[in-house]
Amino acid sequence: MPRTSHWILRGLRHVDGILLTLVLLLLGVSLAVVASASGQSPARISGHLINIGLALGVMVLMANVPPHLLAKVGPPLYVAGVVLLLGVALFGEIRNGARRWLDLGFMAFQPSELLKLALPLMLAWYFQRNETVLRAKHFLVAGALLVVPFLLILRQPDLGTALMIGASGFYLLFFAGLPWKVILGGATLGAASLPVVWGLMHDYQQRRVLTLLDPSSDPLGAGYHIIQSTIAIGSGGLFGKGWMQGTQNQLDFIPERTTDFIFAVFGEEFGYAGAILLVGLYLAIVARGLVIAARAPTLFGRLMAATLSLNLFTYVFVNMGMVSGILPVVGVPLPLMSYGGTALVTLLLGMGILMSVATHRQLNKS
Amino acid sequence: MPLATPLKNLDRELDRFHGRLKVGAAFVVLLAAALLARAFYLQVMQHEYYIQRAENNRISLVPAAPNRGLILDRKDRILAENYSAYTLELTRAQTHDLEATLAEVSKLIEITPGELRRFRRLLAESHEFETVPLKSKLTDEEVAILAANRYRLPGAEVKARLFRNYQAGPGMAHVVGFVGRINDRDLKGLRESGREQNYRGSVHIGKTGLEQSYETLLHGRTGFDQMETDASGRAVRALSRIPPVPGKDLRLYLDQELQAVAEHAFGDYMGGLVALDPNTGGVLALVSKPGFDPNLFVDGIDPETWKALNESPERPMVNRVLRGIYPPGSTIKPFMGLAGLELGVRKPGDTIVDPGYFSLPNSSHQFRDWKRGGHGLVDLHRAIAQSCDTYFYKLAVDMGIDRMHDYLSKFSFGEKTGIDLEGESTGLLPSRDWKQRRWKKAWYPGETVIAGIGQGYHLTTPLQLATATAMLANGGKRIEPRLVQAVRDPLTHVWQPQPVAVRGQLAIKPEDLAVVRQGMMDVMRPGGTAAGAAAGAAYTIAGKTGTAQVVGIKQGARYDASRLSRQYRDHALFIAYAPAENPTIVVAVMVENGGHGGSTAAPIARAVFDYYLTGKRPGNMKLEGSDASD
Repeated sequence: MPRTSHWILRGLRHVDGILLTLVLLLLGVSLAVVASASGQSPARISGHLINIGLALGVMVLMANVPPHLLAKVGPPLYVAGVVLLLGVALFGEIRNGARRWLDLGFMAFQPSELLKLALPLMLAWYFQRNETVLRAKHFLVAGALLVVPFLLILRQPDLGTALMIGASGFYLLFFAGLPWKVILGGATLGAASLPVVWGLMHDYQQRRVLTLLDPSSDPLGAGYHIIQSTIAIGSGGLFGKGWMQGTQNQLDFIPERTTDFIFAVFGEEFGYAGAILLVGLYLAIVARGLVIAARAPTLFGRLMAATLSLNLFTYVFVNMGMVSGILPVVGVPLPLMSYGGTALVTLLLGMGILMSVATHRQLNKS
Repeated sequence: MPLATPLKNLDRELDRFHGRLKVGAAFVVLLAAALLARAFYLQVMQHEYYIQRAENNRISLVPAAPNRGLILDRKDRILAENYSAYTLELTRAQTHDLEATLAEVSKLIEITPGELRRFRRLLAESHEFETVPLKSKLTDEEVAILAANRYRLPGAEVKARLFRNYQAGPGMAHVVGFVGRINDRDLKGLRESGREQNYRGSVHIGKTGLEQSYETLLHGRTGFDQMETDASGRAVRALSRIPPVPGKDLRLYLDQELQAVAEHAFGDYMGGLVALDPNTGGVLALVSKPGFDPNLFVDGIDPETWKALNESPERPMVNRVLRGIYPPGSTIKPFMGLAGLELGVRKPGDTIVDPGYFSLPNSSHQFRDWKRGGHGLVDLHRAIAQSCDTYFYKLAVDMGIDRMHDYLSKFSFGEKTGIDLEGESTGLLPSRDWKQRRWKKAWYPGETVIAGIGQGYHLTTPLQLATATAMLANGGKRIEPRLVQAVRDPLTHVWQPQPVAVRGQLAIKPEDLAVVRQGMMDVMRPGGTAAGAAAGAAYTIAGKTGTAQVVGIKQGARYDASRLSRQYRDHALFIAYAPAENPTIVVAVMVENGGHGGSTAAPIARAVFDYYLTGKRPGNMKLEGSDASD
């Protein structure tokens, strides 16, 4: 027994207290909101608790993996991810008109999930490896490493995930020092090519954008989700209707309300004050992540910590923007709030990496 | 790329990284600000709007229609009541194929061609989302069959509905009227009067008769069940309930038995009768023959039946008492006589010699008396009793048309009586002024002459005649006729008497009135024009006969009823009150093509008096189409 507790204590040494506190606070809020949104369904609550426990375990585990080991995992994970994406393109299962799933026999699996971590790891590893000889060609290679999975996911088609993964890759390039003129040039080029992109977009994607611009054009169809979630948020007012008191929530008007649209439930029941607190918690996590990045001793650690932090907030922004009607509906869960095991484990894996970077300071100075 | 010392390079790299971290932090803060700005807009600035939308999502008002008030006769016999019945209703928008559903339905239960026609008419008048009844008053068996086959009948529903039943039948149709389904025109009217909300749960509205004129009282107030509903529209719980307030019950002055007696007394004749209580204005009976079955209209009438009713030459849909306008004929004479006395044109003892005609000065045209050879020496009393035309020709000329108009208008001739039914006709009381305005023509003296015996332009409804006669009976009190005597609050069950509506009091010298009343009493005595109708009565009657011409008779020709086919015969008129000394009932009768008032109209009034004053019901009273002429 003393041996076990010794290992646990040793393991907890690598847990960042501030980050853990913030994460636990958010998970607590999540538990309350999921309970309300599911109509206090015992199955949902216990399922959520199990997911949380599992993900926290994974986080602590990751916190104990030293960054130099993590960096080594990057390339194989990336290669495996790209191979699986190719597999999806060739043998994938079509669900809802998109080829995203790979049937592994015992479970269906979306390889694009894997890339969410594999791509930053790969790129961070690549930049760290070439830290001392960094030149323009390295950025070109890194760009190629980014574009391959991006295009594979885009043609599934899954624009939302492709953009999120593209964003994480871009953040890493940005922190690695991608020159401003390239960034601005790319942005100009991107803006100019918008009409072309629109033409390449699928019908449902165009419809989502159009619905966003005018939800009332299709109040019973695609616009319904946005209309109902904005009603929920708006009706929450300054202080909300109170926990489990949201009528839009309790009476089923909010769609997908334990998962993608959980912010509508939160906004209805806790109001603008709640929204400020929630966004504040996310900002605190990002701030802590950036501090960790600033203090990280290695390039790999810096790049990973900074990218993961910005990435987290990007998810927050895309989700809340969608639910409150300023971004198109893309299937992105709200980090640390939405019900769903895969996303939660992936996120806390990232938090674990942050903690690992934060706590393995001198150890990997070789 | 030449490299500087690794350490220095590393420092520079770190500086740049820290710079980029700041840019990253700024970017995140920007995104957060955008999110919070959006939340501020939704939750603070637009909060009122969204809370309203959320409430609208959540709360639905289910109207609860009130029970319609009952209509009872003076002895609380039910004239109009409600019953609940199952109806098969179809909603076009919910049927995949309307014709297929109709075909399925007619395989299961019998749908008559009339029901189908009515359904198609209602369908054409309604919106796609409205439910339209196909067959009402389903039997239990039909309900069971339809319930068992529901899945085969998309868009069809069996619903329990409240209906109106008029068990008093066609004889009461012109009094009680009927309700019908609310149509676009009704809706527009309700909207304009701000009552639309109160009809949200209602299917029917009063269309004619008392159902129309007392609609507001009868309908009651619609209640609302405030339900909380979920996204799928299912009611989760009741939030609050405003119970409906049932409509008020109406008790009439009218006696259903008396009405039946009057109706029966008409025999085969068509026409109208109204009996008033001269002291209250209460309508004791109001008959317009022929009537119709008001129940046909309650759930929509089929087009062919409607056409038949509407285009029938007998005009069953016209209320003859309110809307039938006829020259008053000799029934105007008591009023003319009173005018002569009151205006000082005649004294009671003034006499004329009647040679059987009247001529205007410098004219050879003879205005003939109905009696060949004339009545000889006639004073006012005799002139009324024997209905001497010559006396009144001369009186009219002496009085002049304008004074005649002004005096007669005090008896409500030429204006609405104010009865509590809609659609009353004003009739027409001519004057020089009127003719100028209406026809842009001068008044001719000859027109004054015939106006003296109620011919020419003067047109009156039976109701106006009765109202005017009531003033003779009650000494000049002008009371508006009323059908409704009292109104019962459904919650307290207390009958609230309706006020007697006295419009004014005409000052009449008692001695003048006595002369006229004596004349009218003698009409009913041997030697009078309706003596036969009063024979053997246990009370005294005062009355006056009249005829309203249907076709003009040439100068020099003689009216011979027996030679005319019935539809060209004169309308018989009769006004009377009884007991003559202390009147409690006034009657005005108009018998279409009845010939002379004394022989066809007066016996009908007698039957009404008998029943009302002595309780005697007529035996199997059968009117012969008596052709006797004076």
